[in-house]
Amino acid sequence: MSLLRVEQLNKSFGGIHAVQDLSFEVDPGTIHSVIGPNGAGKTTLFNLVTGVYTPSSGNIFMDDQPIAGRPAHVLARLGMSRTFQNLQICMNMTALENVMVGRHLHLDRRFLPAMLRLPGIVRGDRDCRDKAAELMHFVGTGRYLDSDAASMPYGALKRLEIARALAAEPRLLLLDEPAAGLNANETAEVDVLIQKVAETGVTVVLVEHDMKLVMNISDHILVLDYGKKLAEGTAEAVRHNPDVIAAYLGAA
Amino acid sequence: MRTPRTGGLMLLALIVAAIPWFLPNNFYFEMAILVGINAIVAVGLNLLIGYAGQISLGHAGFFGLGGYCSGILVATYGWPPALALLLGAVGVAVLAFVIARPILRLKGHYLAMATLGLGIIISIVVSTEDWLTGGPDGMYVPPFTLFGWELYGEAVWYWVIGGLLLLAVWLALNIIDSPVGRALRALHGSEVAAQVAGVDTTRAKVRVFVVSAVFAAVMGSLHAHYAGFVTPTSSGFFHSIELVTMVVLGGMASTFGAVVGAAILTVLPQLLTGFEDYEMMVFGLILMLTMIFLPQGLVPTLARVFKRRDQGAGAIPGVDEVDP
Amino acid sequence: MAEFLQYLFSGITVGATYALVGLGFAMIYNASHVINFAQGEFLMIGGMMTVSMLGAGVPMPLAIVAAIVLATVVGLALEKFAVEPARNAEVVTVIIITIGASIFLRGLAQVVWGKEYHALPPFSGDTPISIGGATILPQSLWVLGVTVVVVAALAWFFNRTLLGKAILATSHNRDAAQLVGINTGLVLLISFGLSAALGAIAGIMIAPITLTSYDVGIMLGLKGFVAAVLGGLGSGVGAIVGGLILGITEAMAAGYISSEYKDAVPFVLILLILFFLPNGLFGVRATERV
Repeated sequence: MSLLRVEQLNKSFGGIHAVQDLSFEVDPGTIHSVIGPNGAGKTTLFNLVTGVYTPSSGNIFMDDQPIAGRPAHVLARLGMSRTFQNLQICMNMTALENVMVGRHLHLDRRFLPAMLRLPGIVRGDRDCRDKAAELMHFVGTGRYLDSDAASMPYGALKRLEIARALAAEPRLLLLDEPAAGLNANETAEVDVLIQKVAETGVTVVLVEHDMKLVMNISDHILVLDYGKKLAEGTAEAVRHNPDVIAAYLGAA
Repeated sequence: MRTPRTGGLMLLALIVAAIPWFLPNNFYFEMAILVGINAIVAVGLNLLIGYAGQISLGHAGFFGLGGYCSGILVATYGWPPALALLLGAVGVAVLAFVIARPILRLKGHYLAMATLGLGIIISIVVSTEDWLTGGPDGMYVPPFTLFGWELYGEAVWYWVIGGLLLLAVWLALNIIDSPVGRALRALHGSEVAAQVAGVDTTRAKVRVFVVSAVFAAVMGSLHAHYAGFVTPTSSGFFHSIELVTMVVLGGMASTFGAVVGAAILTVLPQLLTGFEDYEMMVFGLILMLTMIFLPQGLVPTLARVFKRRDQGAGAIPGVDEVDP
Repeated sequence: MAEFLQYLFSGITVGATYALVGLGFAMIYNASHVINFAQGEFLMIGGMMTVSMLGAGVPMPLAIVAAIVLATVVGLALEKFAVEPARNAEVVTVIIITIGASIFLRGLAQVVWGKEYHALPPFSGDTPISIGGATILPQSLWVLGVTVVVVAALAWFFNRTLLGKAILATSHNRDAAQLVGINTGLVLLISFGLSAALGAIAGIMIAPITLTSYDVGIMLGLKGFVAAVLGGLGSGVGAIVGGLILGITEAMAAGYISSEYKDAVPFVLILLILFFLPNGLFGVRATERV
């Protein structure tokens, strides 16, 4: 049974068909990459899967349950987590608090106990803080434990966002261009991090432009062009696919 | 356990306990009581504006509704004041809950407009239905009694309001330092990030809106009993703006900032009476200048200055949770 | 029928005023994403200054021009000294600043001109003109006429002149405008000046009908804000349509339903509109890119 299944997915913005008739499956425990030229519809696909956009038509299934059009916070409850291409970090909070927000669903979210500071809440927050600190070390941002999010460099923030996404203990993690804006060293670090995450059993789907990274870690690659599926398969298969080469380099 | 927040709370408690020794006469007590009442409303409003990042330019409407509810039920129908206060709080909670969903769908200036409109509608209704509310001149409100014991005199009111202030601040600080509070701040920082983390942002906004409305309504009721009357101005546009200014001036996302802002804005007009005709001008000028030069508000700006002094350069932890 | 026409006339007249005020809001919002809560004060300044000058023996046309110039200067000063320094502050903070400015201006007006109501003589007499059984004041025709002329002039300005197009460009995308060499700081300044002038004109036109005093700016400003939001913040056409709809609805409601709740009508209207159209009538539904 696939963890995530997309069937005949369509999304149009006015006259622009961002995603057309897209179908694919993601198996649990794999690293699945989505690549394609700019404007191919990768981020739109992500936004559709994670509930930020509603499809124009088509279905999305998680564990064979229909989830298309469900709001993002409901999908989080089903075990889905994501990061954003244009960092969505809460700059009004500290780095640790950002990660703690990721654990939201694991905590007591009621108003009244919070207002009265019941012991359960206090304990829960202490554990949450510890877990969040652990995650910050896991992703390599340990030195920013006491920092404000606003004072952290870009590369660290990208990893902080991954920590936040992991804090939810997701089964499915979607990373939107995790290496965007990073130099070669930082990209290599992200490469290692993604593999570490996959080793813990989380299914990873990522959108990326960095071919070296993609070819290196992916179990399965989906190539998009103009919102449609151009090719899919293992890194080897995709790398030698003439359509893919033509799309990226132009037809000979 | 000693933390910055308990330190701040203890300092506030100390101030509340110590102030009476410094107040020469009843007039000053009256000022202190008004500061306390405004501060509690501001603390509630700050949760909405400073932490959740929503704008409300009509909160005085809830304050006025609380006051009129108490006034009408107690003066006209002879209800016990505590019951009237409770009903007012519940009524406002229901109203706030019902309108919160459609209003909070709006963003930025549209939200400002909608809350503004709501506040003004309330104040116009209250001013027009004079058979019920006494019209533009307002209505008389009997003193607050509880099981036969009457709340009377500046000293008694001072301790009641002082106690309530400490309670309100404690409740607010608790919310902020909890999953709910973090969800609210995250919502402000990046609504979509909060959503994918599992925060039901609509529900969170509605709840904090209702909580802040109830704070206002309860204080509106108590104010009516304390002052002995309630008028449409308590629910008017200017009062709403005053409340927002208290929050912004003191420092958004700072509970103690809201208290400071309330103190300043309640006392300032009194200090300016010396300026007589120029009072309005000076007030407007102070408002503009403070917001231009201290856009973060007083308390956060002061906190930054102090923290920089003892830390040198580097990250300033918890800058939005500013406890002295 | 006569009754209906009567309400319609008074509705269109006051609607034209709201349209001009709303237009002022829209212009400033477009240039800076700021809601200028002091907008209403420009109306007040226009009316009161004209009254003052007339009292000092200045002929009407000159007094009007002087008043508009003064209001424009105030608008420019407001932008330069209050809005520009707070460029990067949060929305709420800037709102408080403009509110502070409006309080300041009102306080100043109170000191200079006192608290009384003043009448401005109508431009061409006050004999009501009879149309279809209803009467309309000559001054109302002035209001409508001038509004049409002003709107036409603005349309020409924005569509036909380089400066106007530069302002439009800035409102669509400030960074792009800067990159093509448009001085966006100047654009902002001019927008405020223009809005102030618009407000002053509206205030002067309406003063003979509704009297004027130091605090007329508040309600007119708020209702102009409603008009701008109704039409969709940032849309000039929207502000005009919004203003007219607002004025007519207000007059009809006052006439047929209840005159006591006249002032509540704009706010009930805006709540209803925003409930169904969260971005106003002509507002753009922007999809947030994440």
